[in-house]
Amino acid sequence: MTKQGTAAPDQTQANWAEEAVAEHAGAVHLTREEQVLERIDRARRRKARIKEPRITMSHGAGGKASRTLTEAIFLDALANPVLAELEDAASLTIGTAKLAFTTDSFVVSPLFFPGGNIGDLAVNGTVNDLAMSGARPLYLSAGFILEEGFPVDDLRTIVASMAAAAQRAGVTVVTGDTKVVQRGKGDGCYINTAGVGVLERDVPLRAASAKPGDAVLVSGPIGEHGVTIMLCRGELDIEADLESDTAPLHEIAAALLDAVPGVRMMRDATRGGVATILNEVAVASQVSVVIDEAAVPVNPMVNGACELLGIDPLYVACEGRLVTIVDGTQADAALTALRGHPLGTGAAIIGRIKDDPPGLVLLKTSFGGTRIVDLLVGDPLPRIC
Amino acid sequence: MSVRFVDEFRDADKALALSAQIAALCEPGRHYKFMEVCGGHTHTIYKHGLEDYLPDTVQLVHGPGCPVCVIPMGRVDDAIAIAEEPGVIMTSFGDMMRVPGGRGSFFDSNAAGADIRMVYSPLDALKVAQANPDKKVVFMAIGFETTAPSTAMTVLRAEALGLTNFSIFCNHVTIIPAIKAILDSPDLRLDGFIGPGHVSTVIGCRPYEFIAAEHGKPLVCAGFEPLDILQSVYMLLLQLKEGRCEVENQYSRVVPWEGNLKALKVINQTMTLRPYFEWRGLGFISHSALAVNETYAAFDAERIFNVPGVRVADPKACQCGEVLKGVLKPWECKVFGTACTPETPIGTCMVSSEGACAAYYNFGRFTRERVKEATRSVSQPVDIELMPARP
Repeated sequence: MTKQGTAAPDQTQANWAEEAVAEHAGAVHLTREEQVLERIDRARRRKARIKEPRITMSHGAGGKASRTLTEAIFLDALANPVLAELEDAASLTIGTAKLAFTTDSFVVSPLFFPGGNIGDLAVNGTVNDLAMSGARPLYLSAGFILEEGFPVDDLRTIVASMAAAAQRAGVTVVTGDTKVVQRGKGDGCYINTAGVGVLERDVPLRAASAKPGDAVLVSGPIGEHGVTIMLCRGELDIEADLESDTAPLHEIAAALLDAVPGVRMMRDATRGGVATILNEVAVASQVSVVIDEAAVPVNPMVNGACELLGIDPLYVACEGRLVTIVDGTQADAALTALRGHPLGTGAAIIGRIKDDPPGLVLLKTSFGGTRIVDLLVGDPLPRIC
Repeated sequence: MSVRFVDEFRDADKALALSAQIAALCEPGRHYKFMEVCGGHTHTIYKHGLEDYLPDTVQLVHGPGCPVCVIPMGRVDDAIAIAEEPGVIMTSFGDMMRVPGGRGSFFDSNAAGADIRMVYSPLDALKVAQANPDKKVVFMAIGFETTAPSTAMTVLRAEALGLTNFSIFCNHVTIIPAIKAILDSPDLRLDGFIGPGHVSTVIGCRPYEFIAAEHGKPLVCAGFEPLDILQSVYMLLLQLKEGRCEVENQYSRVVPWEGNLKALKVINQTMTLRPYFEWRGLGFISHSALAVNETYAAFDAERIFNVPGVRVADPKACQCGEVLKGVLKPWECKVFGTACTPETPIGTCMVSSEGACAAYYNFGRFTRERVKEATRSVSQPVDIELMPARP
């Protein structure tokens, strides 16, 4: 419940009254709807609190619930300035060396899917988190949690894929760990990878550095990984000739950084998709992100599957696509740099950064209307009628 | 798989032309209020930003046709009570998972140890029953006449397969009594209805005739693409302009005037009208819902399990009823967006993607003037290069 007019315990009465007057003075010219929107905006800025007594699937889906969990549980207890940045990789300075450090766990089901398996996914995911922070990925760790009864041949295939992916990404797996749990206590094979890279460029890449006038680009068609996984679970009786887009992004990221000095940030659009990243940018930079739906590249098969499932491709995960925000005057150079790499032939400028209304992602729909693109609460659930 | 069939109903040029024709039909100084009955329409309107094409004098009011939104809290608690019985697997559509009952949602109950699974169709629930012969599998059936036939078919299929561990918890509702309740509501003045397209594929257009004949309101049965809805608004305005008041079918590519007799037959074969049923926020409406009939009692979860059937009053602050009746715009609700958000919903309208509150919160939470400014010329991203460099 909102407790309007109730002073927080640490505020003096006078303090509260002053604020109320100031608030009222600012609100006179607002319509009723605008007042409600302002109230919602304030509610959204409040500190996140976990209300559920137990973890639900939503907490792992990369949307609002995941964010609440991170802020309310992890940031709260483990508070430190590096963690508080909430970037894909932590930037560390050790002596004169500047390093990027990250970790990621992989629980994909099924373990094998068109275009890859959990092994190359686990390598690419961590390589990409490092690459997106502007680092050159160097070393990886690999931790396996295996279920009793898991076929050794499958494990061999997975590890062979990891080796191939590591070689492609120019990284070495230098340490590892294995645990086995009883049958029924795990789902075949989970993998955790951590990675270290070296930051050789002096470009601060942060979600908070977007400025009005900047351009938003994606490196290729979105949503292929997510839709491939959903279809290959076989629950939907939809067949499509699709493959996961899993790939290491370190080369295309380096090509972009070489060509464009005005790169503000890069992210690989994993869980929560492009929409989630853009929301992070809008909030962190206090700008509005305006996207042109018609300019967003989407494979027609991905579009078709999403249409049937009632899901927006903007929220569907990719494992080999990056979203970047660059100085608006260098948008063309950025597009050329991305398209110059085999992974970026489908790159596109999809929108731009504006100043107002701050904190929102707006979409000009291909139908010609306007709407906002908010964070999802949990997994994209299909509509029922 | 191709979606070309969809794209032609999202053509921005056609929308512009239609928008001009709509504006031309509006009498100066007159305000129009049309209710889109179906939640699917509400979703389309917000998802495509359709209101940008309508003059300020044409207002779309969101109706009661969101199947998840009308489920009362007591029924969610009943379903959870069934799910928590030993050896039960409850199956449900994804939209139901986060709907709050008096003691939490399916998600919460699942996290606490119940086995509640998401399915995409009732036939998938049947597969779960076949794969788990030692468990009792229950399907939480919700929806209007649109989904009732597939539930009915599932019951028949379960019978044909000789399954003894499958039942449905039937919460199917019917659209006509809800529209009657809206028409009888004293606090709402409407100029016409955008009729629910998918429900009409089953029941046809004939059941709406009383709305035009007895209540003097035109109704146009509409499809779910944005151009369908724009065209329906145009057809309603044309009726008003020409002084007609009829039931028209814009969605004739899918909706036969007489409905789908086969679908109606299987509903009749397996289900019966309840004397009354509680609707979220609307209270008890007589003859407004379906139950499994006597013949198929073996597949009726309400007969098999001990269903508490406790009535849970809606939270005081929740104004879902007014929103469902179109009396309040979503943002006019006292708790909208502050205490009630998609993350922590109090009311059902905030849960389903077809709920008016969720659609407004997720897609429309902005003021038009500011957004118009922001989106101007963005459709030409090439402009970016032409913009002066910022210092």
